[in-house]
Amino acid sequence: MTTVNLGLPAVPPRGFGNISATEPFPKAAHRELGNAQLRANLGHATHTIRDKRLRVVSELPDWEALRDAGSAIKTDAMSRLPELLVQFEEQFTARGGTVHWARDAAEANAIVERLVRATGSQDVVKVKSMATQEIGLNEYLEERGISAFETDLAELIVQLGHDKPSHILVPAIHKNRTEIRDIFLQEMPDVDPELTDEPRRLAMAARAHLRKKFLSAKVAISGANFGIAETGTLGVVESEGNGRMCLTLPETLITVMGIEKVLPRAQDLEVFMQLLPRSSTGERMNPYTSLWTGATSGDGPQNVHVVLLDNGRTRALADRHGRSALHCIRCSACMNVCPVYERTGGHAYGSTYPGPIGAILSPLLTGVEAEENSSLPYASSLCGACFDACPVKINIPEILVYLRGEDVEAKHGRGRAAGEAGGASDLKGNGRRRSLPTQMDVALGAASWALSSGDRLGLLEKGLPVARALAGRDGKISRLPGLAAGWTQSRDVPAPPSESFRSWWKKRATGGAPGEGDGARRGGAPGGGAAPGEGDGARRGGAE
Amino acid sequence: MSAREEILARVREALGDDSQPVTQSVAPSGPQGRAEGAPVAPSGPQGRAEGAPVAPSGPRGRAEGAPVAPSGLQGAASPTAGAGERGYRTASGLDEDALVELLVDRLVDYKARVEVVGPDALAGAIRTRLEGKRFVVPEGLPSEWLDPSLAGVTVTDSREAPIGVERLDELDGVVTSSAVSIAETGTIILDGSPDQGRRAISLVPDHHVCVVPVETIVGIVPEGFARLDTTRPLTLISGPSATSDIELERVEGVHGPRTLDVIIVR
Repeated sequence: MTTVNLGLPAVPPRGFGNISATEPFPKAAHRELGNAQLRANLGHATHTIRDKRLRVVSELPDWEALRDAGSAIKTDAMSRLPELLVQFEEQFTARGGTVHWARDAAEANAIVERLVRATGSQDVVKVKSMATQEIGLNEYLEERGISAFETDLAELIVQLGHDKPSHILVPAIHKNRTEIRDIFLQEMPDVDPELTDEPRRLAMAARAHLRKKFLSAKVAISGANFGIAETGTLGVVESEGNGRMCLTLPETLITVMGIEKVLPRAQDLEVFMQLLPRSSTGERMNPYTSLWTGATSGDGPQNVHVVLLDNGRTRALADRHGRSALHCIRCSACMNVCPVYERTGGHAYGSTYPGPIGAILSPLLTGVEAEENSSLPYASSLCGACFDACPVKINIPEILVYLRGEDVEAKHGRGRAAGEAGGASDLKGNGRRRSLPTQMDVALGAASWALSSGDRLGLLEKGLPVARALAGRDGKISRLPGLAAGWTQSRDVPAPPSESFRSWWKKRATGGAPGEGDGARRGGAPGGGAAPGEGDGARRGGAE
Repeated sequence: MSAREEILARVREALGDDSQPVTQSVAPSGPQGRAEGAPVAPSGPQGRAEGAPVAPSGPRGRAEGAPVAPSGLQGAASPTAGAGERGYRTASGLDEDALVELLVDRLVDYKARVEVVGPDALAGAIRTRLEGKRFVVPEGLPSEWLDPSLAGVTVTDSREAPIGVERLDELDGVVTSSAVSIAETGTIILDGSPDQGRRAISLVPDHHVCVVPVETIVGIVPEGFARLDTTRPLTLISGPSATSDIELERVEGVHGPRTLDVIIVR
């Protein structure tokens, strides 16, 4: 088919905000791995939630059919996204709401700021939301004199602790009860100084701390778990009632929702309201879910807004292989079963989206070739547990492998598409992105040159004794230069032989009988000291 | 170009290239209303067992005592649902006794207090729970549910004459009816009807007494949503407020009502 040229770049612009790592995953992971307390907290939490999830999932005889349905509905929704977004807008507007569109984090933040200013309020209460974490809304508002109060207990712990969330669902999963008590004692004004670390006492302290804010707040900001195109309905799934407080008591409600959260029909809720609670908290149903459609006269906020956010989502959508990452319903089941997440914790991933889904979603949102997220696709053992756990069947391991390939291509100047983030100056006549050759390019180029001709290889092999001199007395090389230095960080290389197999073979073929020593040389080291005849019998004997 | 137009154009552009198959674990659901130019992809090239196309499968391994209606009925009735999409259960087939028993079991599991009473005993049951307390009721709550002795401590709320939040906070409790309850998940749904009232009244007071008429109980989630109008303000309640944010240990009662009393009337 022919595509109409709309004057847009071939690949949509990348997303920005808290989805970019500030340091490579291996470096961050290395540091986090040294934190034994973190590992203990995480191990306990992920194992608890894992067991709960398995228990409630096994109760449903049609779990696999629900997963299939969830996946199919999301695939359908993505393929019809333009029409569904327009329908959602019409319906939400018809029922008294206002729809805003934001190309990126900066635009979304500015829209929210403008809406808050219009109310005259300096304070907002917030329902836990991944989208507003992603765009860094709290920090943005704070810088402009608007205080945003997180009301979810875990988000409150993180906010009071001047920390960052480390899990999609349980943002303070890395903190244990004692650490939480210490944060409360230090940061909560009017807190009971006798506060113990009993979870009930801590939860009640949070209740007391937030009660007045809920009852007096004029503006609330939320995310949305779903947006129903058919009716213009928004939904928030929660546990504590802080969501209900924010969604119903203030006069103004501002919701920031990623464009991928749109579902075609109200009926689709019957699928996702089964998949989401069981996958996320391991409950048959979460304690509270609120659904609202525009404004309802006399009940709840009368001034209702939704900001539809792109911020890299169209970029992920344009990546045909990674598109299904947008099916994610943010349940966090993948991170709870991930052996890598369990040991490094969420902070190592650098992004608002940690764990296996973050390892694919963050690079897809910022562009696979984005330097800061290029190590994330390697943050996995590819064990496949995340794929099994995913309620909408996102094939995370396969996308990880694909993204690794993309990363390698990008690093070696063979970017897959023209006109990517590098801009026009990087483009050559053939439309391919080029960059300076890396050490790996040089090394592999040299290997290719050497290995393609026997003569060249023979010439190079004459250098073996020199390489041997690099080894210490123990016959091991413990430090290689350049690119190979990473490999020898935790390994030694055995010293190379003094003579190559080819040269030994040549000498032997002219001197000794053919066939003799055959078995020995396959297993032994050339020039290792054993005479051909000796090794021969021994090897054969051992093998038979 | 406005942000709206630009985002929609980006989405169309992103979906526009159908020259290569999409990597998908599950095949798209069928022929329903696809946008022009959207990739019509068979399942991805990876050919994993899990990635097999959505089978219109019947329920595997039924739960004991839960006969299952023929699958796909609802899907067939819905003009937009794709062929393979609704392979899951859409009806539980439970009778009234089983529904009540299952709902009670699930509510108790969530630490709600539950009682099953006959219509004649309802007013007495409500009175017992609220004796000595001041409470709010929605204007549409059936008057026969409230014992005349409670008249002095009852405040009535409506959309037209709403009670302020500060005043609600001073009250001890609330009595409401409910629209639909889902037995399998222990979920009670309020839809803002006159006998359930504004969302604020069932949220701010610390004690919620919720009446569940037996005919509003269904077995499973799809049956529940089939009875709802999603454009009404809906609140799904599964047990009292709870958090699991501290070491995954469940603590009942945070910001919502800390006590949930459910009275099933049959």
